[in-house]
Amino acid sequence: MRDVAIIGVGITKFGELWDKSFRNLISEAGTKAILDAGIEGKDIDALYVGSMSPGRFVGQEHIGALVADCSGLDTLHIPATRIEGACASGGMALRQAYISVASGINDIVVVGGVEKMTDVVGGEATNILAMAADQEWEAFFGVTFPGLYAMIARRHMYEYGTTREQMAEVAVKNHENGLLNPNAHFHRKITVEDVLNSPKVADPLTLLDCSPISDGAAALILAPLDEARKYTDKIVKIIGSGQASDSLALHGREDICTLRATVEASKQAYKQAGIEPKDVDVAEVHDCFTIAEILAIEDLGFVKKGEGGKAVEEGMTRLDGEIPVNPSGGLKAKGHPVGATGIAQAAEIVLQLRGEAGKRQVKDAEIGLTHNIGGSGASCVVHIMEVI
Amino acid sequence: MMNIGIVSYGAYIPMNRIRIEEIAETWGRNPDDIKKGLNVFEKTVPSPDEDTATISVTASRYALSRVNIDPKDIGAIFIGSESHPYAVKPTSTIVGEAISAVPELMAADYEFACKAGTAAIQNCMALVRSGMIRYGLAIGADTAQSAPGDALEYTASAGGAAFIIGKEKVIARINCTCSFATDTPDFWRREARKYPKHGGRFTGAPAYFRHIIGAAKLLMEKMKTKPEDYDYAIFHQPNGKFPVTVGKRLGFDRKQLEQGLLTPYIGNTYSGSSPLGLCSVLDVAKPGDRILMVSYGSGAGSDAFDITVTDEIENFDRDKAPTVRELMERKRYISYAIYAKYRNLLYWE
Amino acid sequence: MGLAVPRFWREIPYRYNLIGSRCKVCNRIFFPPREVCPYCRRKSLGKMEEMKLKGKGRLITYTIIYTPPSNFENQVPYAVGIVELDEGPRITSQIVDCDPEKLKIGMRVEAVFRKIQEDGDTGAIYYGYKFRPVGEDEDKGETG
Repeated sequence: MRDVAIIGVGITKFGELWDKSFRNLISEAGTKAILDAGIEGKDIDALYVGSMSPGRFVGQEHIGALVADCSGLDTLHIPATRIEGACASGGMALRQAYISVASGINDIVVVGGVEKMTDVVGGEATNILAMAADQEWEAFFGVTFPGLYAMIARRHMYEYGTTREQMAEVAVKNHENGLLNPNAHFHRKITVEDVLNSPKVADPLTLLDCSPISDGAAALILAPLDEARKYTDKIVKIIGSGQASDSLALHGREDICTLRATVEASKQAYKQAGIEPKDVDVAEVHDCFTIAEILAIEDLGFVKKGEGGKAVEEGMTRLDGEIPVNPSGGLKAKGHPVGATGIAQAAEIVLQLRGEAGKRQVKDAEIGLTHNIGGSGASCVVHIMEVI
Repeated sequence: MMNIGIVSYGAYIPMNRIRIEEIAETWGRNPDDIKKGLNVFEKTVPSPDEDTATISVTASRYALSRVNIDPKDIGAIFIGSESHPYAVKPTSTIVGEAISAVPELMAADYEFACKAGTAAIQNCMALVRSGMIRYGLAIGADTAQSAPGDALEYTASAGGAAFIIGKEKVIARINCTCSFATDTPDFWRREARKYPKHGGRFTGAPAYFRHIIGAAKLLMEKMKTKPEDYDYAIFHQPNGKFPVTVGKRLGFDRKQLEQGLLTPYIGNTYSGSSPLGLCSVLDVAKPGDRILMVSYGSGAGSDAFDITVTDEIENFDRDKAPTVRELMERKRYISYAIYAKYRNLLYWE
Repeated sequence: MGLAVPRFWREIPYRYNLIGSRCKVCNRIFFPPREVCPYCRRKSLGKMEEMKLKGKGRLITYTIIYTPPSNFENQVPYAVGIVELDEGPRITSQIVDCDPEKLKIGMRVEAVFRKIQEDGDTGAIYYGYKFRPVGEDEDKGETG
């Protein structure tokens, strides 16, 4: 297996982008990544793109070809493949792209992630997102996506004494980080009181515990490490990649407060990278809801099970903390165009490791981790990167 | 004579209640006038997830939980209602499936205003007597409709009762049943219309009173009985006044009516009305107790039943399901606004 | 809803009557029924047996939904929970006939038969299980 590097990143603004189409978004991100890497179209061997539900969000399937087409790559006739794994679609696309380069089948690969979520009316986005849950045995009975995480949150509070305030701290921190990220959906400082007093969505979660519905796209360029030097001298190498699955429905899991997919995916990634959780300098984790970030730092092994809430409260995951988590603002403040998220996380880590993250730069970051969840935890993809 | 009668029974009423005050004040009426005029104080309201099918299933499951009967031995399910969830597509097959009585099953939905449930009892009796079925399940249930602001709104409520009819381990023998029917349009709902219309005071003397009295007298003549021979009497109860008046006219006193008179606190459950009254009596009845029940359905007709409680009721597991009183105590009050939301009175696009 | 009736019709036994399955190799019980036991896998092929669950259990966790999916707007706020049935399997369901604010983890609950969804006001009506809180030793139920 060959070593693989990320040699280019591109990301659009995230938010309610009324004037941008699905096509505009992904071609903008892809073009930025190609320019960042300094490659040319003819260098590209393959394209992967992660997107959760363009079929429902914009009424378009056959996304692989569409993305190649609207990015001006159709005349190259490269293989173009869409990957779907609910909110982990982006992370999974990155992993497939990584495998294809590592295996030697492809050299230069462009991998994107995109979701255009605001072209549907009313509560339709809620219905579409609920498709990541078990339609027959969860969603049919009226549970929403926030509802599933709310049930995890309530159980976590019950078992470990996690508090609403601790969850709120996740949102407060991520909004602070988001202020420093020009691409973030929200640029607004919030307080713990704001979170607690915002409208209830799925008790105990309120509106400010939830990531927003955003439009956006991100893209990366992957190359074999040996060739990477041709294009750049700030090389970020993928040193670990893991993916795992679990029962689709939350009720199918033995421990509601542990996402085993995270535990298993991160175990694979740590093993491949030859590092331990404490070696991670910066992480982008899947905080689709505030409780999800608490679960993530526990299941990734940054803290012991049940101590996530306390760790957040004590500032461990702040920009200047022991392991800064979600310097980009996370899904919470940066925004969560679902298919784009996994790629955007990797893009943020690349910027952090290159030292190009501007005001939100984590000091001396050498090893970074991305953690991308699908559904209520039925899929997880973890990547670990190192700057060399 | 073959002992045919009730082998088990189950009742169900939704837990939502609305007080007469809530409705009266919404429409600018004096609640005391209404309460005095109708002898009704509150009524049940179905939750948005309740309808005649769910009420029927729950009452039937309660009935089954009190006896050790294989649901496959139930050969017929007849449901009387004027609020079947579908205009075309039976409620009875939903119940049949939900109690695992399918597929060898005679199933049909009945409609005869408020008396289709007692018609279901009669037909189950006939099928058991003929030997065509071992047990029949007869249900009367409704989520009664009433137009906003109409006089019916003070009483139209939801509830139902299910009776397993058979000839083995009968807890209440049906000694005789007879009916009295004429074409009297006192109350109706036209095809595809949401709310019923009624003839106002015409629903009284020529309709309710004539038919109930006709059926009751016919039955007492046949059985050579007098009002004082009965421990309990149950008359269809569209409000809290009519059954008391009709009882008095027939020669029954208030004590005979009390146990079966539910309308003042649950409203008019239409097809569930007299059947729920019968359940309430069976909740407390002792061996040898004799019961007269007369239903009434607009349009119009009455079914009368002469019933004797048997010794078998001593072995019967009444406690395996809630009594009518217990169901009546399980309640939460709602406002007219919530009522309007639950009953789909609010229209939006 | 846009989905044809068979999609719902074929689930009727499970949604009306809580029919689950038992692996005859390891005796584990599942709901909804599984074709293959995830613990015994090939050994369980042909050895998964349908069984009716009693519909009694405990509330493991719950939420109160304030932002509903379409089709549930008129019930807001409503509770949804995960119930651990006495036979073992866990099940996601609405918790009804209760004040959602008074729900507690660990509460006894029992299955009731309710309308789950309907396909607009002209389409089919879909029924199934919901759960309601009951007393600690209350044994009067639909599923008795």
